[in-house]
Formats: sequence, C-alpha cells, structure tokens
Amino acid sequence: MDQKKVVIAAGSIVGALSVALMFLGNPPNMGICVACFIRDIAGALGLHRAEIVQYMRPEIPGFILGAFIISLISGEFYARGGSSPLTRFILGFFVMIGSLVFLGCPLRMVLRLAAGDWNAIIGILGFIVGIWVGLYFLRNGFSLGRSYKMDRGNGYIMPGIAIVFLIFGIISPAFIFHSVEGPGSMNAPFIAALLAGLIVGALAQRSRLCMAGSIRDIFLIGDFHLFKGFASIFIVALVLNIVLGKFNPGFVGQPVAHNDFIWNFLGMFLTGYGAVLLGGCPLRQCILSGEGDTDAAVTFMGMLVGAAFSHNFAIAASPKGVGPNGKIAVIVGIIVLTVIAYLNISKSVKQNEEVNVNA
Amino acid sequence: MPKKVDARGLSCPQPVIVTKKALETSKEDLEVLVDNTTARDNIVRFAKNLGCKTEVVEQGQDFIIKVMR
Repeated sequence: MDQKKVVIAAGSIVGALSVALMFLGNPPNMGICVACFIRDIAGALGLHRAEIVQYMRPEIPGFILGAFIISLISGEFYARGGSSPLTRFILGFFVMIGSLVFLGCPLRMVLRLAAGDWNAIIGILGFIVGIWVGLYFLRNGFSLGRSYKMDRGNGYIMPGIAIVFLIFGIISPAFIFHSVEGPGSMNAPFIAALLAGLIVGALAQRSRLCMAGSIRDIFLIGDFHLFKGFASIFIVALVLNIVLGKFNPGFVGQPVAHNDFIWNFLGMFLTGYGAVLLGGCPLRQCILSGEGDTDAAVTFMGMLVGAAFSHNFAIAASPKGVGPNGKIAVIVGIIVLTVIAYLNISKSVKQNEEVNVNA
Repeated sequence: MPKKVDARGLSCPQPVIVTKKALETSKEDLEVLVDNTTARDNIVRFAKNLGCKTEVVEQGQDFIIKVMR
C-alpha cells in the first residue's frame, strides 16, 4: 500500500476508534486525548491530587507498545538519543500546559471540532499560528542537535514503563488512584481501550501520523501528505458523530471545554509552538518513544510532569474557564519557548552538512 | 561530484529543511544521508514533488538518498 493510502487509512481508523471509545465510556469528545490521558495517568500515580482526573488510561501505554511491537516487526526500532534531552523535557512540559489550558491535545482538538465544539476552531487557529512561529525559527537554523544511536537496551525502557503502567492498571493497587466522579471516572472497558491504543499506536507508527507535522509540512514545503491523515480523522469522526447523534454544534455548554477565546487560542498556540520545535505532536512523541527514541521518552516525562504541575498549581483550565495561574503559565511558556528557540539557532548543523557520505 | 548532506539524527522536519537549502544553493545532484525511514520517505516525497528523480541506497543502518535534477 502506498504512503497516501496508509495515512488516510490510519487517520480514518483513528477517527473511528476515537468515537467508538467515547461510545464505550470515555468522556465526551474525548475518545482519545493524549494530553488528557497523560494527565489522568499523572493523577493515577498520585503526582497530582485533582480527584476528578485520575485514571491509569490504558490507551497511552497502548500507543507506546503498539508502536514498539510494529517497529520491532518492521525493523524500524532502534535506540537513539542525545538530542538536547533536558530542553525537550521543558518543551514537553509546556506543550502539556498549553494543552491543559485549551483542554485537549491537538488530536482532541480535531475530535472536539468533529463533535461540533466550535471553540476548537479558535484552538486550531492558535495551533496554526504557533506552528508558523516555530517554523520561523526552524527555517532560520533552530535545531536541538543530532541524536545518536544507543545500545538497544535504552530503547526498551519506555515500553517497559508502559508495561508497568498496564500492570498498575490491571491489579490496581491501593496507591493507584481512580476517580469516582468527573472525567477520570469515565472510561471504556480496560481491554477495549488497550486494544484501541495498540491499534492506534501501530497505525500511527506506520503512517507517521502527526497533527503538528500535518500543518507544518503545508507551510514548509506545500505538502498535504500528513494533512490527509488529519482530515481523515476529522471526516470519519464527524460522520460517526452525526450518525450516532453526538454532533452538537455551538460554542457554549460543550463537554470538558470552555469558551474563553483568548486562552483557547493561546493554549493551542503554546502547544503548536512547542510541538513544532520538538518535531512532533504529543501523539507522535508517544509513538517515537515506543520505537526507541529516548529523547521522545524524555519529552513524555516532561509532559507527565507538566500535567502534574498543571493540577498542583491550578494551571489547568476547567469548563468554568482559565484561572490566573493558567494564564501566567501560558505567557511564561511562550517566553521560555522563544528563549529556547532563539538560543538553539545553531550554525553547527549547517557546518556539519557537508561530509563524505561514502566514508 | 554530487553535493553531500548529512541529515542523520536530526528531528523532523530538519532533514527536509537541509535538503531544501542544499537544493536551493546548488544546481548539482545531491546525496542526503539519513538514519531513519521517516526522514528517508519525507525527503523522497519532497524531491519527487519538486520533479527530481530519487534513488535510495541502504548503507548499513543508514540510507543515502540520491536526488537527481
């Protein structure tokens, strides 16, 4: 199958599974949300104590393990790292903060739009502008430097952590929290969610599906390849939502959403900006971490810690809106990303461009 | 001699950016060295969209993408 068909098929199946998971019990318009689910895992681990968003979501370890297994089969698994890991941790941290101020990762942004939540349009505009700003730095030499091949064992750590998460989810020891009310209490059956996660992980690995990449490539090289995946998710989810009566258009009263335009825009601006500097959206980071990229695994840890801070410091938005701490955190995030982007404009990559490739 | 570019270990979309810059600054053929299939596929697609012919040669765990104009 050619790449175009793969990315359209992957997007369509991700869209369908997202609606199916919502139908099976995941929170409304949140069949899949990488940011929200990492936040729920942070809660399940007790890294934050927001009682309504704590659950060991099996979808996330599913993404990582799905990508791990399929990359082992395809021979694409290889351990690598060393491309500014601490900087990536910080970028992951702020990508999560942006997502939790908007209330959703870029994937959920598309799913929200497909369910008629028009606030997602504002989010998409912010996401696009954030990507455009990040691309400005990339075009001018921004780089987090090269990653290098590592011993294979390094690449097994993140899939190992994913298995530990699943074991915690299955045996649910007393120290793992599970919300009794709120979004954290709403979940599809464990096995169904895990299977969906594995399928999405495998498909996203094969297709390189990436929400940030899909917009980025249009600006950068006029290439709509990844955008076809983005569009397929939207179209399939939209059709299924309409058929199943889950399409409720409007700005007000949307589930797990607020209609504060400025902060929907700026939240997703921060996420898009950070994702393009990282080289991929939160879903893509999970996938890369499964196929041996330890830098992406460090980014995942940044997102996990960012989610914990978001709730410990009252940064995350709620359906009531965005509090003062959330606003301050987004502004701080935009400043930090800009400083990182500026400081990492490097001539070194350019200088190393020309080498003897036959050596 | 084709111009040679090492894009190994660079995050998306930098392999494409360095390829693009190399094509803009030179009229010669190009050889891009990458270490993963994502970068390989992205560069091949980018070059084909520009109307260039490409040929991929595996070199150990890396790939050399020859871009012919």
